[in-house]
Amino acid sequence: MELRGITKRFPGVVANHDIDITIRKGTVHALVGENGAGKSTLMKILYGMQKPDEGTITIDGNQVSFASPADAIATGIGMVHQHFMLADNLTVLENVVLGGEKLHGIGSRARDKIKEISDAYGLNIRPDALVEQLGVADRQRVEILKVLYRGARTLILDEPTAVLVPQEVDALFDNLRELKAEGLTVIFISHKLGEVLSVADDITVIRRGTTVGTADPKTTTPKQLAELMVGSELPSPETRESTVTDVPMLQVDGLRLAQTDPDGVVREVLGGITFTIHKGEVLGIAGVEGNGQTELIEALIGMRAPDGGVITLDGRDVSRASTRKRREGGIGYIPEDRHRHGLLLESPLWENRILGHVTEAPNSRRGILDPKAARQDTERIVREYDVRTPGIEVTAASLSGGNQQKLIVGREMSHNPKFLIAAHPTRGVDVGAQAQIWDQIREARREGLAVLLISADLDELIGLSDTLRVMYRGRLVADADPATITPEELGSAMTGAATGHLEHNHDADGEGR
Amino acid sequence: MKKFDKDKVLLGIAGPALALAVAFVLTTLVLLVSGLDPIEPYSLMIQEAEYPDIQVLILNQTGTYYLAALAVAIGFRMNLFNIGVDGQYRLAAMVAAVVGASVELPGPLHVLLIVLVAVLVGAFWAGVAGFLKTTRGVSEVVSTIMLNAIATSLIAWLILPANLGEQLKGSNDLTTGEIAESGWMTGLAVEGGNIYGFTFVAFALGVVYWFVLNRTRFGFDLRATGASESAAQASGVDAKKMVLTAMLISGGIAGLTGLPLLLGQTHTYSLAFPAGVGFTGITIALLGRNNPLGLFFAALLISFLEKASASLDQYGYPKEITTIMKGLIVIAVVVSYELVRQYGLRRQQQKVGEELAAQARKNKEDVAA
Repeated sequence: MELRGITKRFPGVVANHDIDITIRKGTVHALVGENGAGKSTLMKILYGMQKPDEGTITIDGNQVSFASPADAIATGIGMVHQHFMLADNLTVLENVVLGGEKLHGIGSRARDKIKEISDAYGLNIRPDALVEQLGVADRQRVEILKVLYRGARTLILDEPTAVLVPQEVDALFDNLRELKAEGLTVIFISHKLGEVLSVADDITVIRRGTTVGTADPKTTTPKQLAELMVGSELPSPETRESTVTDVPMLQVDGLRLAQTDPDGVVREVLGGITFTIHKGEVLGIAGVEGNGQTELIEALIGMRAPDGGVITLDGRDVSRASTRKRREGGIGYIPEDRHRHGLLLESPLWENRILGHVTEAPNSRRGILDPKAARQDTERIVREYDVRTPGIEVTAASLSGGNQQKLIVGREMSHNPKFLIAAHPTRGVDVGAQAQIWDQIREARREGLAVLLISADLDELIGLSDTLRVMYRGRLVADADPATITPEELGSAMTGAATGHLEHNHDADGEGR
Repeated sequence: MKKFDKDKVLLGIAGPALALAVAFVLTTLVLLVSGLDPIEPYSLMIQEAEYPDIQVLILNQTGTYYLAALAVAIGFRMNLFNIGVDGQYRLAAMVAAVVGASVELPGPLHVLLIVLVAVLVGAFWAGVAGFLKTTRGVSEVVSTIMLNAIATSLIAWLILPANLGEQLKGSNDLTTGEIAESGWMTGLAVEGGNIYGFTFVAFALGVVYWFVLNRTRFGFDLRATGASESAAQASGVDAKKMVLTAMLISGGIAGLTGLPLLLGQTHTYSLAFPAGVGFTGITIALLGRNNPLGLFFAALLISFLEKASASLDQYGYPKEITTIMKGLIVIAVVVSYELVRQYGLRRQQQKVGEELAAQARKNKEDVAA
């Protein structure tokens, strides 16, 4: 399969440009790149969910064009999504035949086929088990089987390891090797370098929407791959001089939160989180997504009521305060999902400037809005934070992701926060905007701001933080000194492999995973 | 920047205009298919509306519908669909009439008491749905429909002579007894009749509605919740409280809907009190895009269709034409607004993209020079 010159534009942004990839039959081909590098868009194009503006896709020498996923499936391409698409209350068999009833019927013929596929690739699937009784790894295998059942010869796996624990990852990789041995092709999307190096035959690196190179996993080290992924021309997020004071700004003590899963199991998502952030300090939290970071943020901003623990902001106990009171009290919030939590997409920019700060100057006085002052201040934010927009009356939806983010950062910084929650502050943001956002966080930190930084970009975490903690399964399991730690060492702690204080080990340089 | 504002106004008008045009064409088709003259009914209705007494009828009806539409619109702004305006309005009018008939107070106080009772009863009835939604997650669509049915039965029972009602001699109608004259609201006597005093209150409420929604913190929070509940919550809005508050306000306004008629004409609640006003309010809120001025024109249009069509039967045209037209308007409105909205959003994104690209090109040239 070959992709040549694939380009996809969205209003205001180019998601992919000049993508060139050659995928050999019967191999595991890894696509690596940071969050927001354009991997998902590319896969959507390959799976027929989106049409490229330019470029060609060639399979076995024939040029193809997909109008919908159905076309892609017909050519033998299948996709396993990051979020499973299974009906919990149906059995594995029912889930597999759903939508593919014409292939092998819905009865014993289908059951035999499922068993046959399961045995051929070592998937270990019981066709009559209820999906709701299956664990995450089993569900993933059902998804893979679903795709194989439809006759796929090429499988796209979108970040398949994000939801798995290390042993499950190994089992998955064994499955992938089986598939490969049977002559199937696997396209594996990831940003975890250690995993990629252990399973892939070929690696293509995507950065800023384009392919920047290929790597041979036999001769490449994680460090080289990381450099290729991040790019040497990238501005470094490094913070030079320390501005940490000994005045505590935010103290979190024994924060606990339990959550009931859809299947009724009570799960601990935050298990006694304790930390202190001082004035002028950036505390970075590393961790694989889904280990409690989202819940921690939501507990700090007041969107979730914790089951126990005390949150103290600048000497005041805010554990029971409402979100609004906390925001008024000086918590700034750059949410991880800006579309869901940071913006009113169909409202003009100046109304988005009011969002979250409706009770504060200049947006309102004594309960009455002041649209004139809010508009003027939006103009200022657009100017000072370099938000690229033709004006402040356009809707937030018409801006590109980076410019939306700059508006949010500008808005939050405009209220002189004491404590800033920055969740993936540069996710999906272009290089220029990224450097600016880093500068702004550094600037505010110099003036005594305390920052909680949560990011999947390890270089950003290491470069920007004064203190690092690793979060694993709802607990802070390790800490590290950002001055000496490497992304690889941090990455290994994120899988729960290391706990306590992480010492930099010179001999371990370059050893991933 | 001006360009975007002009666009906004144009797009704002394009939705209703498109919907009305489609509804008009389809109604004309219905007339043609039934073998009737497709143009004459319209001209008859316009002639009819030239009589001053019909004009007064239209205006008074507009006031009533305006209140019902405001009640629905405030829910819509919050993404709540209060289908229960009809039940809230009838129950509120009835209880207010009962209370009004049972006391005698100095003029303004008596009227004020009736208004207050109507607001409270309407808010209470809607509040039941709000409470169920916030505590048990029951969809307000389902609960308000059911509350409509419950209100109907409750009123039928309460108005029995054995309970709160009275039966007038020589009539089958049941009423709640006449309110003393101190509880009447004087209107404006004009050629052709009497414009109810509460009609003016209704229009004044439109101004209040605009101000509260667009110029207060509360209004901003409410609109933000309607636009994106998750974003509003992250911004510090207590979404549950907001749902309950919006339901209470919507119900309170719904409670006022019966008052133009009660205070200005009937002075009693009877079985003849109009039903379905709340549902017409939904049509008007949709057509008027929840905008106070839009609501006024939409209410005026629907009132015109209803009142001016009354005499069509005499000329051999079924007056149900207007019912068909009202239905068609609702469908056309929903479709055309979504079309216009998507078109507008796409167009703006393109424009922003183009303008930024032009800026970037210019910068490049400057650098090159």
